[in-house]
Amino acid sequence: MPIPGSILTLVAGVFLALISLWVGQNINLMPVAAADDASTVDALFKVLFSIGVGLLLGITAMLVVALVHFRRRSGDHLDGPAVEGNLPLEIFWTAVPAIVILIVGVYSYDIYARMGGMADFSHHTSMPPQENVETASSGHPADPETVIWGGIDRAEGAAFPVEVTAMQFAFVFHYPQQNFTTGELHLPLGQPVELQLKSNDVIHAFWVPEFRLKQDVIPGQPTVLGFTANRQGNYDIICAELCGPYHGGMRSKVVVEDAENFEKWLMRNTPATVATAPESSQTA
Amino acid sequence: MTTNALPASPHPVEVQHHTPWHEYFGFSLDHKVIGIQYLVTGFFFYLVGGALAGMIRVELVTPLSDFMARDTYNQVLTLHGTIMIFLWIVPVVNGAFGNYLVPFYVGARDMAFPRLNAVAFWMLPPAGFLLMSSYFVGGAAQSGWTAYPPLSITTPAVGQVVWIISVLLLGGSSIFGAVNFIATILKLRQPGLDLFQLPMFCWAMLGTSVLVVLATPVLAGALILLSMDIVAGTGFFNPALGGNAVVYQHLFWFYSHPAVYIMVLPAFGLVSEILPIHARKPLFGYRSMIYSILGIVFLGLIVWAHHMFTSGTPPWMRLFFTIATAIIAVPTGIKFFNWLATLWQGKLALNSALLFCCGFIFNFVFGGITGVALAQVPFDVHVHDTYFVVAHFHYIVFGGTVFVIFAAIYHWFPKISGRLLNEHLGRLHCLLSFIGFNVCFFPQHWLGLNGMPRRVAEYDPQFQLINQISSVGALILAISTLPFLVNVFLSMWKGVPAGDNPWRACTAEWLTSSPPPVENWLHEAPLVTEPYDYGSTEDAMSVTTVRGRDLWSAGR
Repeated sequence: MPIPGSILTLVAGVFLALISLWVGQNINLMPVAAADDASTVDALFKVLFSIGVGLLLGITAMLVVALVHFRRRSGDHLDGPAVEGNLPLEIFWTAVPAIVILIVGVYSYDIYARMGGMADFSHHTSMPPQENVETASSGHPADPETVIWGGIDRAEGAAFPVEVTAMQFAFVFHYPQQNFTTGELHLPLGQPVELQLKSNDVIHAFWVPEFRLKQDVIPGQPTVLGFTANRQGNYDIICAELCGPYHGGMRSKVVVEDAENFEKWLMRNTPATVATAPESSQTA
Repeated sequence: MTTNALPASPHPVEVQHHTPWHEYFGFSLDHKVIGIQYLVTGFFFYLVGGALAGMIRVELVTPLSDFMARDTYNQVLTLHGTIMIFLWIVPVVNGAFGNYLVPFYVGARDMAFPRLNAVAFWMLPPAGFLLMSSYFVGGAAQSGWTAYPPLSITTPAVGQVVWIISVLLLGGSSIFGAVNFIATILKLRQPGLDLFQLPMFCWAMLGTSVLVVLATPVLAGALILLSMDIVAGTGFFNPALGGNAVVYQHLFWFYSHPAVYIMVLPAFGLVSEILPIHARKPLFGYRSMIYSILGIVFLGLIVWAHHMFTSGTPPWMRLFFTIATAIIAVPTGIKFFNWLATLWQGKLALNSALLFCCGFIFNFVFGGITGVALAQVPFDVHVHDTYFVVAHFHYIVFGGTVFVIFAAIYHWFPKISGRLLNEHLGRLHCLLSFIGFNVCFFPQHWLGLNGMPRRVAEYDPQFQLINQISSVGALILAISTLPFLVNVFLSMWKGVPAGDNPWRACTAEWLTSSPPPVENWLHEAPLVTEPYDYGSTEDAMSVTTVRGRDLWSAGR
């Protein structure tokens, strides 16, 4: 007696599920994770990867089986069975994907909310008034409280601020508390930071693959990107939005270092006058 | 299949079977001639766009920008995207196959507005040559096919304005075509032919045309405002003058996301025509296929902001667009399950048309899976504007639609020319395309995940090997075109005569001569109310093995 088809299908399904789970969990396609929420993004990716592998393998297997098993033999001029549909089956393969997609959607929403992506547009006071910002030139008086456009902002309370200016074709970093400007971003390990991004010319995008964070830097729309770097090292900052001929060369470095080294670096770069001069003379 | 009996004509009419060659270069009003004009023109631009893609892949063989100047590279990628979308895929799946097939399927002798149809086609060549000539006159546009301001305002104006004019022309052509399809499908149906008896391709064209009519004017408006920003110094999208750059993105994607469905829905329709014939089974789930097309049309209009998750969009918008985008996978999934069910238990003829369709199913499912992943904001934030996205949309528009275009050419070439294409060359073409395509684009997912942004002429040296593999795939893809071209030219003159209906198909274009006469049928148009009437019931008998006793003992 042949083995019933339903048993074979069940076994194949179990194998498929195991294979896709194994692939999703064990094949790592992402670069190292170096920020607090990067590993939650990776967890989401693993779920999506598992589901994707299972779906692709399943459909490919069905396609290949159909092509081999149901190929037309020479001399066979008959038609296949006149099956025009199967309502319960169609309802089944409408409902199952819909449920899976809703679950994945809620899960990814949850992650995004945790990252701070659901923070509303706000009137930040921590952002200094924009001196050379273009919006101010359109007639209405410059608002001392600049509207901050919704970026990802997870920094609660005292985040370390860095102003990031994007221009063709470089990122420039200004440390407002120490009042110096540099071409290389240094960040303290494990401490929340708040990047205040603005663009001088066209749209750029600030992307650090290891942080899993990307934020468009749009002229006229200062944006905040808050996160916590949690792994020491040097990572690339990459411009991800086409910004002109040298777009591919618009890269910079971010150095994540422990508190001690970070303080040293800050001290080394802080202009000497600031430490000794009285408050009033800081007009730079 | 129900066809009305063809009455013997009392006066045999002299019918021109062969359209004179010069007709194809003129202002013909015949929907079949216009369809072929679209197809050949589109294929010419496919070769141009493919050559541009080749230049991009050559530049990316090394991490340095050493093959062409950086601004030339940006012109090349802008032209590649614009030509492939607006001059190859949209005109071919809509203009070529839509014009050729829709009148047959509704039982009409031509489109509703033949003159508008010809005008729509003849807007295409000038727009295309204008676009290409801009490269030689001061440089083409170099802000990508998306033309985001302020970049598009600051790059050289002539190229950008020429780009806008040609896209406006192409958009106009597309709208003219869509109006024509809607009118033809709704108003030119043969008496007695119900909407729910139409072949699926008509429904796909109806849905696509609704999208074209609703979305294309928005793109036109956005581009006109953009051109005023460039030429007249207005400040709609220029932040330096108080404008808002993100508004352009909303307007642009309000068209350009539906544009994806304008490119894939007709392809879905074509697959629904091709598969049942070569599987010898009815199309599975006819009604659910229609409802899923309508669902895709509706959802396709409300997902555009998923292209802007990193652009500072409000949080509620991100939530809404994530859910809406992911939900599109449901109606799309229904279509793929239905096609698999159509193949299942069929009698599959493993010819080029069917194999290209199967390649399409694999590629599109792959692209759909990465699409659902991209809809999830936290993941999208990481891979937005990277090679992951490049890989994703090439799996959709190349692996999806272009594979279907080739399937459709293998399927309808016998009708168009009266001769069969060579199957050996066809299957070689299919194999090379499938391998080349996947070698080219599969590795790009990894590049994007690991930090290679799109639209760059130079990149981190750690990505060199994978980029070289991708370029080898592009080379295989380029080579795959050769057997196709040889096949078409050989078969056009020396191919095996096809006869009227080589695939034993039920739809109306096969119920006439190959090539069809000028007004499609010599006599009255056949009334095809069951376009997928394939498949035998239990008591069907093979003509070759049946014996007389079987016939009279069958109990009927």
